[in-house]
Amino acid sequence: MDLKELIPQKLKANFPSVDFEISDYKGELTIKFDKKNVVEICRFLKNDSELQFLLCSDVTAVDWATRKNRFTVVYNIFSLKQNFRLRLKADVDESECSIDSVTSVWRASNFQERETYDMYGIKFNNHPDLRRMYMPEEFEYHPLRKEFPLMGIPGSIPLPKK
Amino acid sequence: MGLEAYLKDTGFITTQVNAIIAWARKSSVWPMPMGISCCAIEMMAVGDPKYDIARFGSEVMRFTPRQCDLMIVAGTVTYKMAPVVRKIYDQMPDPKWVIAMGACTSSGGMYRSYSVVQGIDQFLPVDIYLAGCPPRPDNLLHALMMIQDKIGKTKASQFHNIPSDGKSISLPELNVIQKN
Repeated sequence: MDLKELIPQKLKANFPSVDFEISDYKGELTIKFDKKNVVEICRFLKNDSELQFLLCSDVTAVDWATRKNRFTVVYNIFSLKQNFRLRLKADVDESECSIDSVTSVWRASNFQERETYDMYGIKFNNHPDLRRMYMPEEFEYHPLRKEFPLMGIPGSIPLPKK
Repeated sequence: MGLEAYLKDTGFITTQVNAIIAWARKSSVWPMPMGISCCAIEMMAVGDPKYDIARFGSEVMRFTPRQCDLMIVAGTVTYKMAPVVRKIYDQMPDPKWVIAMGACTSSGGMYRSYSVVQGIDQFLPVDIYLAGCPPRPDNLLHALMMIQDKIGKTKASQFHNIPSDGKSISLPELNVIQKN
């Protein structure tokens, strides 16, 4: 059976109460769901003996600026057994800017979630060490948000005196 | 024409102390290779036999700032890196010079962005701005020659160690150290 049919079928059978939004664009399968189910769905995809999505290759986010659910957190995962890439998406709103961390499923997502937090300000609940990845720790802004100016905010990062 | 031929003839030469100190200083400029990104590759090429920075007496790339006269800042300086560059500069003994090598270091270059310092002259006194992305090795040699020219024109008496408040520093005398 084709994986593009098998994965949605398995997910729907195991999580009957969750709404899945499934799209197939240019041969890439994307599955979107509510953010409160993210950990259990990820754990299922990793632990299922047939699928075995063992590799979390990327966690990032998209800022839609004016949309109601402002951010989308994106997970790119890979099954070494099936040689298959899958993209998971979950919407996050600015008013409640947090999502559960998947570090309990894939330890590799630790740094990627820290980077997403640094760049977008999305908090990852139950993350073991949620610090900034690239910017200085005292920096107050999140550079990849749409309202952040490209040249930064003057004086926000101190330089040594001449 | 050479010095040896001249000395063979007369046995001595007359010169000024300033001139001979300037000659000694400018012929032994020890660089601090502050290689941060791709410009550092060109800086390494300067050390190879084809370009051979040893011809100018600057082949001793010291990896401790305490033995250096010239800081070659080669690469993109981010805001996070700036305090490190400044600290290394502060550890160099006076007198000291700075080459801002490449477009990024001089002006931010193509990184017109929130994370990159738009020119290291915001926190360092720069002597030479070196154009190019990255500059060719001969271009760096030219910058070194310009620095040598600048050192050669400075008299030894102008190298006094004057702190920013205008008062002169009293250094401990040698015999004091010996007594202790």
